[in-house]
Amino acid sequence: MILHLAIASLFARALTVGMTILAIALSVALFLGVEKVRTGAKDSFADTISGTDLIVGARSGSVQLLLYSVFRIGNATNNVTWESYQDIAARSEVDWIVPIALGDSHRQFRVMGTTRGFFEHYKYRQGRSLAVVDGVIMDDLFDTVIGADVAQSLGYKIGDPIVVAHGLASFTEHKDQPFRVSGILEKTGTPVDRTVIVSLEAIEAIHVDWRSGAKIPGQSTPQDVIREMDLTPKAVTAALVGVKSPLQTFSLQRAINEYPQEPLLAVLPGVALQELWSIVGLAETALLAVSGMVVVTALIGMMATIFSSLNERRREMAIYRAMGARPARIIAMLVFEAMLMAAVGALLGVMLVYAVLVIAQPVVDRAFGLWLPIEAPMMRELWVILGVIAAGAIVSLVPALRAYRMSVADGMMVKT
Amino acid sequence: MTKAVLSLSQVNFRWPGRAGFSLSVPDLIVAEGESVMLLGESGSGKSTLLSLICGTLLPDSGSITLDGTDISALSGGARDRFRAEQTGVIFQQFNLLPFATVSDNIMLPLQFAPQRRKRTHDATREAENLCRALGLPDGTTRAKASALSVGQQQRVAVARALIGHPPLIIADEPTSALDATSQAAFLDLLFGQIGAHKTSLLMVSHDPRLGDRFDRVIRLEDIAEIKRDGQ
Ligand SMILES: Nc1ncnc2c1ncn2[C@@H]1O[C@H](COP(=O)(O)OP(=O)(O)O)[C@@H](O)[C@H]1O
Ligand SMILES: [Mg+2]
Repeated sequence: MILHLAIASLFARALTVGMTILAIALSVALFLGVEKVRTGAKDSFADTISGTDLIVGARSGSVQLLLYSVFRIGNATNNVTWESYQDIAARSEVDWIVPIALGDSHRQFRVMGTTRGFFEHYKYRQGRSLAVVDGVIMDDLFDTVIGADVAQSLGYKIGDPIVVAHGLASFTEHKDQPFRVSGILEKTGTPVDRTVIVSLEAIEAIHVDWRSGAKIPGQSTPQDVIREMDLTPKAVTAALVGVKSPLQTFSLQRAINEYPQEPLLAVLPGVALQELWSIVGLAETALLAVSGMVVVTALIGMMATIFSSLNERRREMAIYRAMGARPARIIAMLVFEAMLMAAVGALLGVMLVYAVLVIAQPVVDRAFGLWLPIEAPMMRELWVILGVIAAGAIVSLVPALRAYRMSVADGMMVKT
Repeated sequence: MTKAVLSLSQVNFRWPGRAGFSLSVPDLIVAEGESVMLLGESGSGKSTLLSLICGTLLPDSGSITLDGTDISALSGGARDRFRAEQTGVIFQQFNLLPFATVSDNIMLPLQFAPQRRKRTHDATREAENLCRALGLPDGTTRAKASALSVGQQQRVAVARALIGHPPLIIADEPTSALDATSQAAFLDLLFGQIGAHKTSLLMVSHDPRLGDRFDRVIRLEDIAEIKRDGQ
């Protein structure tokens, strides 16, 4: 019965109590939302590449290799010669190998030369394959398949011409050899979305009239001549490798790392991704810490409202005392009120997160390729709710102890 | 000679602090079923004396015996519970929890007094009966306390003091917020109820005109020695 009086008292102060609960609910929703995005981002980050056992490139750092080969951030310091590539391809452990040639760009997007094997073997989000939503995978030398973001931000349709620029952010373009969009890929949430894919030979073809990074003056080989030429590349930037048996991964990795003819590096994508996440993830942890502080702030706000309500509630407490309530009862009452506010706030916060998730899930997936799974409330949510209730109780002890002292001093007489 | 419900002997109390108000009551007895009016000027220490009797203040020396128990010998928690069991308290005004219903307010002391609650078989029914006897309209028990007039609130406070029939009612200037006609009506109702149950009443007032209804009228100056350090 005393409980329902406490609830009636809360209802009588509906506006301030409601504001306090709202603040707690929003802070909890923010905290859980950040946590959801964080785990979602971590998972989809780890899902950027799957099904590939080793990434091979010139010797550098494993994170650097991952960055330029998979995320297309930064540049390779060196290439892998075609001979080394073929040596690796010929090894018995190798099930498949896909070359990657980088270095050119189209507008703000990178151009990647590869083989049809890329579409077959590159997997993301636990084994999903690339798929064309429009058109076909390139079959002509000057065909290109573009990622979803490329198509969207440049407004390209099947059949549109594309001129590739030499190097990155460069104004020297390979004007003589325009490409044609033959296919547009489905959104994946991976760097593929931001890539212009051409065949390995095409990369060779557009550089026919170039020597060591500069156009040979006056030379312009016509397209039909180029088509007759041998377009075997001299080098590739990196290669994705699949092994026949997972047991062979480490021995192949060691063999490549100790390859005598050229300094090479082979990394396990999962390991390199984890290494990279430990750098990138720091920011997300900081974000989580900040949103945790927002929850603390909301609870301190609740403490402030309890404090400011004490004076006007002095009479209420004197009535309880006159009726025979012990001063400890006053503490229990205030702590209970705080726990109730915290509990309602936390529950509303959880519900809010799910409501937002249901609405935002498809939008976020489409816009960022970030898949936020909607799962039944888990231990984590339960712990957050319990934690908020406990923290609310602890925080409310401060005003409750003050109320205790006040009510011991007042007894049943309030001077006003 | 009838039994004493309340007796004070050699009670000394001094408020801490510089304003140092002190009160000594050598001897005060309220008999069972007796109604006593305690007169005194504002600031003379009437409320202080009532707090001592209720046990929310402890005397520096002397004994206060309520229904045969020396309350200063009890622990804090036991004293609070004893107060709930033995006394019904009515203040000057603002007696009720404004957010609670009238019946919740009336039944509030039963929360802290298990024996008094046991004596009250059907508390809701009892609250309704008291309200009717005190001239409150039907259905009042379900109303919010804040919806009532001041006069009605004071009657609800009487009902709350009476529920479960504690041996002693303590009232601190309960009529001072009412006009003259309401005062008379209020006292009629109060005396009607305490007469029926042989309840003792100790009522504080600064208005001597209300005195004729009481068995005994005493002045605080006559029974107590009051000192102020400043004087
Ligand atoms: N909480 C308190 N702290 C210190 N002194 C007090 C307190 N309450 C009352 N007093 C002192 O006791 C005197 C009597 O107060 P009170 O018992 O309320 O008088 P009355 O009820 O007769 O008007 C006051 O003048 C004041 O000096
Ligand atoms: Mg007074």
